[in-house]
Amino acid sequence: MSSITADGQATHAHTSGEFGVGEFISTYVFSRDHKVIGLQFLFSTLLWFLIGGLLAIGIRWQLAWPWSDMPVIGPMLFSAEGGQISPEFYTMLFTMHATVMTFLVIIPILAGAFGNYLIPLMIGADDMAFPTLNMLSYWVMWPAFFFFGGSFFVAGNGASSGWTSYPPLSSVTEAAPGSGLAQTMWLIALTCVGISSMMGSVNYMTTIIQMRAPGMTMMRLPMTIWGMFITALLQAFALPVLTAAGFMQLADRMFGTGFFVPEGLIVNNSEMAAGGGQPLLWQHLFWFYSHPAVYIMILPAMGMVSDILSCFARKPLFGYKPMVYAISGIAGLGFIVWGHHMFVSGMNPGLGMTFMVATMMIALPSAVKTFNWLGTIYGGKIQFTTPMLFALSFVLMFVIGGLSGIFMAATPVDIFIHDTYFIVAHFHYVLFGGTAMAVFGAIYFWFPKMFGRMMNEPLGKIHFLLTFLFMNGTFFTMHILGAVGFPRRLADPYHYETFRHLLPMNQFMTICAILMVASQIFFIVNFFYSIFFGPKAGRNPWHANGLEWQAPSPPGHGNFDFQPIVYRGPYEYGSPEVDEDYYPQTQPPNERGDTDEPATMVNH
Amino acid sequence: MGRFWSLLFLSVPILGVAIFVWSALGLYPLQGHWFPELVVADDSIDHLFYVILWMTGFVFIGTGLAMFWFLWKYDDKKYTGPVWYSHGSHLLEIIWSVIPAVVILFLAIYQMDAWAGARMRRPMLENGQPKPPIARVTGRQFEWKIQYPGEDKQFDTPDDLYTTNELHVPRDEEVVLEITSEDVLHSFFLPNFREKQDVVPGMKQFVWFKPVKDGKYDIVCAELCGWGHYKMKGQITVESPSDYRAWLKKAYDEQELSEYSLAEAE
Repeated sequence: MSSITADGQATHAHTSGEFGVGEFISTYVFSRDHKVIGLQFLFSTLLWFLIGGLLAIGIRWQLAWPWSDMPVIGPMLFSAEGGQISPEFYTMLFTMHATVMTFLVIIPILAGAFGNYLIPLMIGADDMAFPTLNMLSYWVMWPAFFFFGGSFFVAGNGASSGWTSYPPLSSVTEAAPGSGLAQTMWLIALTCVGISSMMGSVNYMTTIIQMRAPGMTMMRLPMTIWGMFITALLQAFALPVLTAAGFMQLADRMFGTGFFVPEGLIVNNSEMAAGGGQPLLWQHLFWFYSHPAVYIMILPAMGMVSDILSCFARKPLFGYKPMVYAISGIAGLGFIVWGHHMFVSGMNPGLGMTFMVATMMIALPSAVKTFNWLGTIYGGKIQFTTPMLFALSFVLMFVIGGLSGIFMAATPVDIFIHDTYFIVAHFHYVLFGGTAMAVFGAIYFWFPKMFGRMMNEPLGKIHFLLTFLFMNGTFFTMHILGAVGFPRRLADPYHYETFRHLLPMNQFMTICAILMVASQIFFIVNFFYSIFFGPKAGRNPWHANGLEWQAPSPPGHGNFDFQPIVYRGPYEYGSPEVDEDYYPQTQPPNERGDTDEPATMVNH
Repeated sequence: MGRFWSLLFLSVPILGVAIFVWSALGLYPLQGHWFPELVVADDSIDHLFYVILWMTGFVFIGTGLAMFWFLWKYDDKKYTGPVWYSHGSHLLEIIWSVIPAVVILFLAIYQMDAWAGARMRRPMLENGQPKPPIARVTGRQFEWKIQYPGEDKQFDTPDDLYTTNELHVPRDEEVVLEITSEDVLHSFFLPNFREKQDVVPGMKQFVWFKPVKDGKYDIVCAELCGWGHYKMKGQITVESPSDYRAWLKKAYDEQELSEYSLAEAE
């Protein structure tokens, strides 16, 4: 069997006999197949997810038992201090936890892993529009892995000016121990991540606009694809600003420019070279990207959740068009609200008021989405599968994260809760309770397509239950800490009388956090066991409508063994036109097809 | 299992509300797990927090209960009725767009006055001039340098009083402070005063409040400023105007004495 890929190169399926080292490398390592690249992203980001989680445990350890010896790993890491976390190491921990989770896990797992894997399959294309660019977008991540990872080992032990990297702390080398080589490596790694995202986003936009199967109009796209499409637009328009800002900070550090360094700075009792810059400029540039990035980290998850909810409620998605408009609305507003990270930064208070109104408006499309999800499960036939449980918990956790956002959007309240654990609670509810739960759901949902085998349901449900319980134990209590004014990023908050009595609650949270990370063992075991020994899945194990479920599991090179033609939207569950409770997009009207042998199948 | 999962999701709004109520009432073992004692005259921030808490709490409970009910009722294993084959409802979309829009708009306008009071309406003197700061607070790694202008009310003159991490303010007066930084970003955070402002090198900013209760309270640094960020702790003392003036005089005399002895030693 041979097929023509998108870049016009004929490829041939090989039998195992003629499969040499060169073939192995071009098929599985430097592959231009979107599915292989998607899986490469998936495995890399899951590994970093684990590292990021362990960094979080380090943070939690210090907050629960400050300055006490860390059992087992403490002596290995900090033998000089007898197993204690030093304040320098603590600042590095939270800096790298956030950096890893944002830039190496959430953004690449959504766009890189699921975007790559699902976009061509769900729109009925044989590959991405630019397969070589796609391959590069993965391999450019490796310098980022290297530089972020390497910054752990250079003098000063990792970048330690926060993932927001505010100057002058980040741009004046004398200001912090990790502000030397580690910070420079951090900036280079950030640039690499940016290049990778940019290559991906150009590719996704082109693919979604140009390569849809016949009949696949924009308004028949699954919400996952809409999420990916809007995300790609956000990346393309916002990223150049961050990249420019990164270069400016790099220039400040290495070539003595003064974009972000003000005049008359005295650090460590020595006067710095005259700058004449403005620290707030960095914050504006950084958040001009990083606020849209917040939506880059949630919109694809919203899309995937919409698909999963509709599939397991066996009912059409409620309000498809309003959902599309809401995603676009969130993205549009996302460009004019970056200032809400800066209400107490010293920005003009009048400007703060403008940003406040725009920020409040984001609650509107978010509410529309939530109510439509509830409308989707109303009156359905809900199947409580593992992906469905994760998708449902996404909705509930997103409600919490969304509502707590209103507190900090209110400028006067933000004066009090800014930089406290209220904020930490808010974004963990959106990013862990929201996105990470959606990612787990998506893995359980699309795993049969990726590996051709099913994951174990009982293990998946145990994984869900434990993660859900311990996540809420860890993050819900943070709201209460925030109400006391408990600040972020303090190595020893109990130094202050105001916060001394909060130690027991922090210990409770730490125990929950450790158990939450430990619960992931169920996922890891399930994942690897199922890859090799799970029951065979077949093309469409969930009886879903999307195009990807009409392709073989796993799809071969070129994806489809027939030319998919699309007749309807992806959410026709429970349609009165057919006897089954689903109606695949490729099934011609009023003509029944066997899903394992699609009616439209054309043999090559 | 559908019943079990529905109840699990129901537990989120129930436990969530319970934890908030429990801490707000300060019941065992969560005493003190709510706002620190308010010691300024202006309670608009706390008030606004409660307004938003009631509104969001209502939505949270509502969506949580709705979700529970749908999961309970439409469980595939229990529910035998037909699927509601619907692609949405125009009317519902309008209802749940317009109502949140009105509420949000109300909230946006409602809070503007509190923000203006905290950040735009600086206290005035009787002659219409902005009230001068009673002290200048400068953040540096890792301490708060505090400078009082002295008798002549001018900063950087010989009669200035300098302290470190120790700020005294008079009770029942509008206090204005000038805050800045000499090295990196810090944030001047007074939890009991509901006041927080990042200090930026090269920028002079003002904060104001009217303390109404005597006592010693924490000054917290709330913006990452380096490895010693956690120990950048100051103390603000609220006392009667007469005690305040007595402290100023005593501290100034001590400073003179130490400068005198320093000069003598040289």
